[in-house]
Amino acid sequence: MGSLVKQRVLRTIILLVLGVYFILPLIAMAEFSTRGKGGSRSLESWTGIVDDEGLMEALVNSLLLSVTSAVLMLVLLVPTMAWIRLRLPQLQRLVEFLCLLPLAIPAIVLVVGMAPLYAWVNYFLGDSPLTLTFAYTILVLPFAYRAVDAGLAAIDLKTLAEAARSLGASWFTVLWKVVVPNIRVALIGASLLSVALVLGEFTIASLLNFDTLQVQVNLLGKRNAGVSIAVSLLCLLFAFVLLFALSYVGQRRRQTVVEE
Amino acid sequence: MTAVAPVATTPGGSTPAKRGGAAGRPSVAAWLVAVPFLAFVGIFLVYPTVLVLFGAFQDSNGALTLGNLTTLFTGVVFDAFVRSIELSALTAVIGAIFGALLTWAVAVGKQEGMVRRVVVAASGVLAQFGGVPLAFAFLATIGFEGLVTKYLRDNVGIDIFAGSAWLFELPGLTLVYTFFQIPLMVIVFLPALDGLRPQWREANASLGGTSWTYWRHVGGPILTPPFLGALLLLFANAFSAYATAAALVSQGSPIVPLQIRGFLTGEVVLGQENLGKALGLGMVIVVSIAMGVNVLLQRRVAKWVR
Repeated sequence: MGSLVKQRVLRTIILLVLGVYFILPLIAMAEFSTRGKGGSRSLESWTGIVDDEGLMEALVNSLLLSVTSAVLMLVLLVPTMAWIRLRLPQLQRLVEFLCLLPLAIPAIVLVVGMAPLYAWVNYFLGDSPLTLTFAYTILVLPFAYRAVDAGLAAIDLKTLAEAARSLGASWFTVLWKVVVPNIRVALIGASLLSVALVLGEFTIASLLNFDTLQVQVNLLGKRNAGVSIAVSLLCLLFAFVLLFALSYVGQRRRQTVVEE
Repeated sequence: MTAVAPVATTPGGSTPAKRGGAAGRPSVAAWLVAVPFLAFVGIFLVYPTVLVLFGAFQDSNGALTLGNLTTLFTGVVFDAFVRSIELSALTAVIGAIFGALLTWAVAVGKQEGMVRRVVVAASGVLAQFGGVPLAFAFLATIGFEGLVTKYLRDNVGIDIFAGSAWLFELPGLTLVYTFFQIPLMVIVFLPALDGLRPQWREANASLGGTSWTYWRHVGGPILTPPFLGALLLLFANAFSAYATAAALVSQGSPIVPLQIRGFLTGEVVLGQENLGKALGLGMVIVVSIAMGVNVLLQRRVAKWVR
């Protein structure tokens, strides 16, 4: 009993101290972004978010990018990974290595090599910020790979695929009607992670000179710190909601597995 | 859509051929499925990487040279590497210690409890997606007009910027980096702590052991390898980080990622066009060493555990 009480006290102290350490900046952001003239409170910085056209444009770019990158990631990764498990186990190690490679190459290094590449991309496809989809799909690969891999490992893919094939399903039907529904939780997880990552990405967008949310927030900070801080707080809270939702998605899967 | 299926499959004709492929080597058609993925990764990941790694060994005319690499060991560039390594090592140690404490506090709580959910989700946000917002969080807190700065100045009479603009230099970066290093530790270390079985603790207690003997002889030895692994990962993470530092420090380039920014945004000395790539190579080498040591360590551990 004595050690349990000690444990509880120690736990509370740690949670309290670190809790304050991490929550203080959030409170400071809320306070800073509601400062008015002469010590009064005002929501000017918050309404300023909507009024700033450059910022809204950048937000739209980032939202579009988060969708296109998640889609491209799923289209490239899911069929390839399912196919490798079914028919091409020889490629397993290579694909895993390639998917995890971005972890060993910092984004700031990758962008050095991407700068000349993007000169070509923009020459052929125009200089829309949406071309960042390619770079972002690479950035989300390690996270997406792990999520999809865990999803595929949790189902008996070979048996399911053979059953569907023996009933006359095409490979496309196997993928679309058997694999995807069975690993949809993993796919949702991978997509949410990539959305969060794309919305927060700064390094590559800023150094390739594209206007995304974080690039605008950073620029804006030089002339209107209040608005930048308000947007930053929103970004952190939004990412938190995404990941918090993700924790429930994972839980549902555990429960269904237990039931089976 | 559905009408296509019978035409496309022709089960009788195609299945035996494909089955033959599955038994031995996959057919050429089977390899084709992997082509889009491999082509995409080849163009957008492997090509840029190769460009950096080979560019590091070329001068501005494309001739082979070791000049860029020897420059890494001189002057401002070398200083930046030293500072980057110091910053990463220091924040990795701070992050690992406080992160481990926080992880423990979370792990002893309820598995599906609210505390755990909130801490894990918040850790994910700060560890992976903090970036620029984190820099602004600090400006709001301890910037020149930040909440804490103003409070201390007006109510306590302490000017935290009396000495220097330390927030925009190395000490400030160290403080800001702990805000994503501690959360990363939680994410990386939590599975290891979850792996400690309550039965071990009970066995220790029933044999007359104390909390101390448990951590000294059971928990400690089991957690040491994952702790060291997490420490290395935190080091690599801080070493690679760019966004927060870039948003905070707009003048000067104290650390390597900011030096690379300088090369990309045009502050290039003639004849040193490829020095940025050499810096990139240097970063990849440092990160790879940290990751490689981690892999060796975990492999060693896998041997004893068996």
